[in-house]
Amino acid sequence: MKTPINWLREYVNITLPPHELARKLTMSGTDVGAIETIGGWENIVVGEVVAIAPHPNADRLKLATVDLGSERLTSVCGAPNVAIGQKIPFAPIGAQLLDAENGERIRLKKAKIRGVASEGMICSERELGISDHHEGIMVLPTDAPVGIHLDEYMGDSILDMDLTPNRPDLLSVIGIAREVAALTGETMTTTDTKYIEAGESIVGQASVEIHDPDLCPRYCASLITGVKIGQSPAWLEQRLLACGMRPINNVVDATNYVMLEYGQPLHAFDFDNIADRKIIVRRATNESMYTLDGVARDLSDDMLVIADGMGPIAVAGVMGGAESEVTESTTSILLESANFNAASIRRTSTRFKLRSEASLRFEKGLSPELPLPALKRATQLIAEISGGKIASGIIDIYPGNKEVDPISLTTKKVARVLGIEISYEKIVTVLESLGFQCTLIGAGELQVARPYWRTDVRLAEDLVEEIVRIIGYDELPTTLPSGALPAYIPDPFRALKMRISDILVGCGMQEVVTYSLTSIDTLQRIFPQIAPLKVANPITTEQEYLRTTLRPGLLQVLSSNEKHEENGIRLFEVDKVYFPRAGDLPEERHMLAGVLCGTRHNRSWHGESDMLDFFDAKGMLETLFEHLGLVAVFKPTDDTTLSPGSRATIMIEGENAGTLGELHPRLAEYFDISIHPIILFEIDLQILLTATTGPRQYHPIPRFPVTLRDIAVVVDAKTPAKSVQGIIEDSPLVMMVTLFDVYTGKQVSHGKKSLAFRIEYQSPSRTLTDEEVNIDQQKTLDRLSKELEATLR
Amino acid sequence: MIEKLADIKSKALDELSSLADFNELEVWRVRYLGKKSELTQILRGVASLSQEQRKTVGASANELRSNLEVLYSENKDALKEQAFQDVETTAKGYKDISLPGRPIPLGRLHPITQTVNEICGIFVALGFQVVEGPEVEWDYYNFEALNIPPDHPARDMWDTLWIDTESGQRPMLLRTHTSPMQIRVMEQTQPPVRVVVPGKVYRYEATDATHESMFYQLEGLAVDEYITFADLKGTLYEFAKRLFGKERRVRFRCDYFPFVEPGVEMAIDCFICGGKGCRLCSGTGWIEILGAGMVHPDVLRRVNYDPEVYTGFAFGLGLERIHMLRYGIEDIRLFYSNDLRFLRQF
Ligand SMILES: [Zn+2]
Repeated sequence: MKTPINWLREYVNITLPPHELARKLTMSGTDVGAIETIGGWENIVVGEVVAIAPHPNADRLKLATVDLGSERLTSVCGAPNVAIGQKIPFAPIGAQLLDAENGERIRLKKAKIRGVASEGMICSERELGISDHHEGIMVLPTDAPVGIHLDEYMGDSILDMDLTPNRPDLLSVIGIAREVAALTGETMTTTDTKYIEAGESIVGQASVEIHDPDLCPRYCASLITGVKIGQSPAWLEQRLLACGMRPINNVVDATNYVMLEYGQPLHAFDFDNIADRKIIVRRATNESMYTLDGVARDLSDDMLVIADGMGPIAVAGVMGGAESEVTESTTSILLESANFNAASIRRTSTRFKLRSEASLRFEKGLSPELPLPALKRATQLIAEISGGKIASGIIDIYPGNKEVDPISLTTKKVARVLGIEISYEKIVTVLESLGFQCTLIGAGELQVARPYWRTDVRLAEDLVEEIVRIIGYDELPTTLPSGALPAYIPDPFRALKMRISDILVGCGMQEVVTYSLTSIDTLQRIFPQIAPLKVANPITTEQEYLRTTLRPGLLQVLSSNEKHEENGIRLFEVDKVYFPRAGDLPEERHMLAGVLCGTRHNRSWHGESDMLDFFDAKGMLETLFEHLGLVAVFKPTDDTTLSPGSRATIMIEGENAGTLGELHPRLAEYFDISIHPIILFEIDLQILLTATTGPRQYHPIPRFPVTLRDIAVVVDAKTPAKSVQGIIEDSPLVMMVTLFDVYTGKQVSHGKKSLAFRIEYQSPSRTLTDEEVNIDQQKTLDRLSKELEATLR
Repeated sequence: MIEKLADIKSKALDELSSLADFNELEVWRVRYLGKKSELTQILRGVASLSQEQRKTVGASANELRSNLEVLYSENKDALKEQAFQDVETTAKGYKDISLPGRPIPLGRLHPITQTVNEICGIFVALGFQVVEGPEVEWDYYNFEALNIPPDHPARDMWDTLWIDTESGQRPMLLRTHTSPMQIRVMEQTQPPVRVVVPGKVYRYEATDATHESMFYQLEGLAVDEYITFADLKGTLYEFAKRLFGKERRVRFRCDYFPFVEPGVEMAIDCFICGGKGCRLCSGTGWIEILGAGMVHPDVLRRVNYDPEVYTGFAFGLGLERIHMLRYGIEDIRLFYSNDLRFLRQF
């Protein structure tokens, strides 16, 4: 919201410079985001046009003589609206203004225009930087004093504020002025809203009924007849423009002006277009109406409307209707100043996507005490600027009139919240400066009545905030919580995630963090059978569904990086995926996924590198599992996102913990990745967590010597090496088996492979003899031969 | 036999004088003193000789062996020393040490993870525990339990991504802040409570250099019998000093969040200009870093904490913003586009 400081001055004395005032407001909760300056004009003064003569050489130009008090200067002027008697902003030679063509700052130079010397220039609003208007010169109010600097006459600073939704009272000049008064120790200037009621009584001419008092606690109205609709006076238009509102006509401008000043939205009806001269405030039935913006609106029974004898004429508190709109031919005005239920207004304006200045105020919960003073002020202003006659009396229906209970506040409570004692005298001073009324009812105990405009204050804690925001937070001490440490809340997933991340980073993997939302298309490439959770109002289709797998995100990162990466890429992500559950929040499953591709070693003078392959990824996972104390078994899988022959299911303690394999070329193409091969894995951390919990046991270091034996066996090429190794490891004398060579080729027959193992025989309790090792090894060879048709090479 | 010994001796001495290095000395040792050497053979055969021969041959052979052993030992030390000196004087071991080493792939945590870990670490040192919570939430936890009922104007402070649910189901959403965990933690535990909650949050927001539809927040909550605003100040001041430097000053100003009262925003003095005003702090000298306040009594009541007995403070901060401030990053979108040239800088 924008508030000109000069307008504030009508209500409170301001001696602080604008930036200091803005700082005080900001610190106390009224965030001044920017200060706009109107003015800063150099040498521009108020002048009066005293003579106009035709230009001897140009039909469309005139020679205007301007009185500046101390001297008279003649200016060549092309504006169509220049006239004798006008007060105007005048720029003599040497003054600075903005170029009307390009908006750049220029210094006015002596010039001849079509042969006549111009001694200065009458300025348009655009040349002064006030608005974009440059069709004609700017005309000042007739009472503008000739000869004074324009800065002194109309320079101003406008505070642009970001207000919090709990303070509807601050959406007004008076509200801000009250804050300024409290912050600077000034008192509010009282203003006079008296007016002469020259017309007949409003009673008998118009009537108001409230059918739904829960949605309309109060409705006030006044009547002004004989108004002349026209343009508002310049000072009023200037203020609306300064506050970012567009002038419309004097009556509408007056209602907007009072809304800006008091914070109470008002609405002016063309009284002659109100059927039966009767206002009924009621819920809508299934009816429709045209609003001011020319849109037909279908109303429903949870919306409040202002109706006349025929039907709805306004959507209460949101927007007026087209039929009762004030137009050039309007002569009588019924002025509405009412209070409406905040939630209802918000619902209706949200439904219609109509967030008007009025609805933005009503939805925050205005005081029902506000309509009356605002109505009086608006009635006065309309009569003043439109020449109307005010009917005697006003209508004031107030079914929602309620006493507000005072709040009990103790100095002890203040200390309990703030951590410091504040004297009740200080408390009273601060609260009273904000308009609260305090009554001392016991030692350190106050009864506090809120001023009507502070609808947000309800609890003692609210009062504590009022106190501390005015005295300032710097006054409070700085301590640390001194109580006992809370009970321990374990978060095993977080601990596991951090451990896994550290291990993988140690293995040379780069962590990435990707969006949880993705497109349905990418998800279906991975898990076509799962229906993911959908966002009802997605920002884009690229972020419409909650992921059920980490793979698409990783592959997209790989795709976007592959072009500029020369060396191998190793990425991982440890984060959640989301599986829908009927009638409940989704299961948020913690997953680990990774991709590896490119060269195993960075390009260097140490030689060419092979490409990262399946066994790089598998080795890394084995390292991870060993770190975590897990034993994984890799079994063939038919996961169609991976290439046949290079894909495995990772089994941990009999559970399917995830997948490892080479990305299927179909998916590589879909994600636009050209590098090959890409190794990908995705693992469910729940399985890992279950398997890693529980104590781990220490084994003593063996004291007796190891007997080493190397054997090479020939088996069918399709026999898994793990089966051969499993049989060898079965012997209780075998401590460790290492596969150190895999051979296929001329040395073995077609369809066979040779596997070479180093076997370490060792007993924890004695030294083994050669003989017992020989016997044991022979047993192993017999089993291999029987079970796998293996032959010793 | 004696002649044979003399012959061995002269050959051994002869060869010894022409040895080039320690390796050759070892060969020499095996040849003349090894198990299969002539001398060892003779010594082994002494037992089968006649008593007289045994005496003379045995004595000579033993003498020869011990002489050769002494010679071996002397030469060994000399030749080793010779080898060490060669290392100093010859260029045999020369390497161009300016050549790059053998590269080892370097892994890193994502910058946001690094920031999460660092900040959590600070709060852990201050007695807080780290917990995480669900990202898909009920409207109740995200809004209603935090004093933001439907049709409340404060809902505009959080543009929400809603989950498409069947009609009649409770409204479900992507959490817009980490604050729902305040409610969940208090529902599940009794005071004292002291937790921080890092995690992803989501907003219905068009992305630009300063806005993202997904980002990280860290929530903090402390509830106990005598928690005061002064404790809030002290805790967050300590945090600011540990993260941004011990000379940092902090500033609190009144702000509004429906679930705290009083509510504040905390700023630190600008670490670029030291408070004089620059581009980073938009000329104000201060940088806003978090929102905070005393837990609203209605919130405490809702989780069955008696506000007459317990008070608490809560705070929340955006973690990308913290990271951006510390490293001078100007575009928040860099975080989740995961360009490796960005990620590698942290
Ligand atoms: Zn700065």
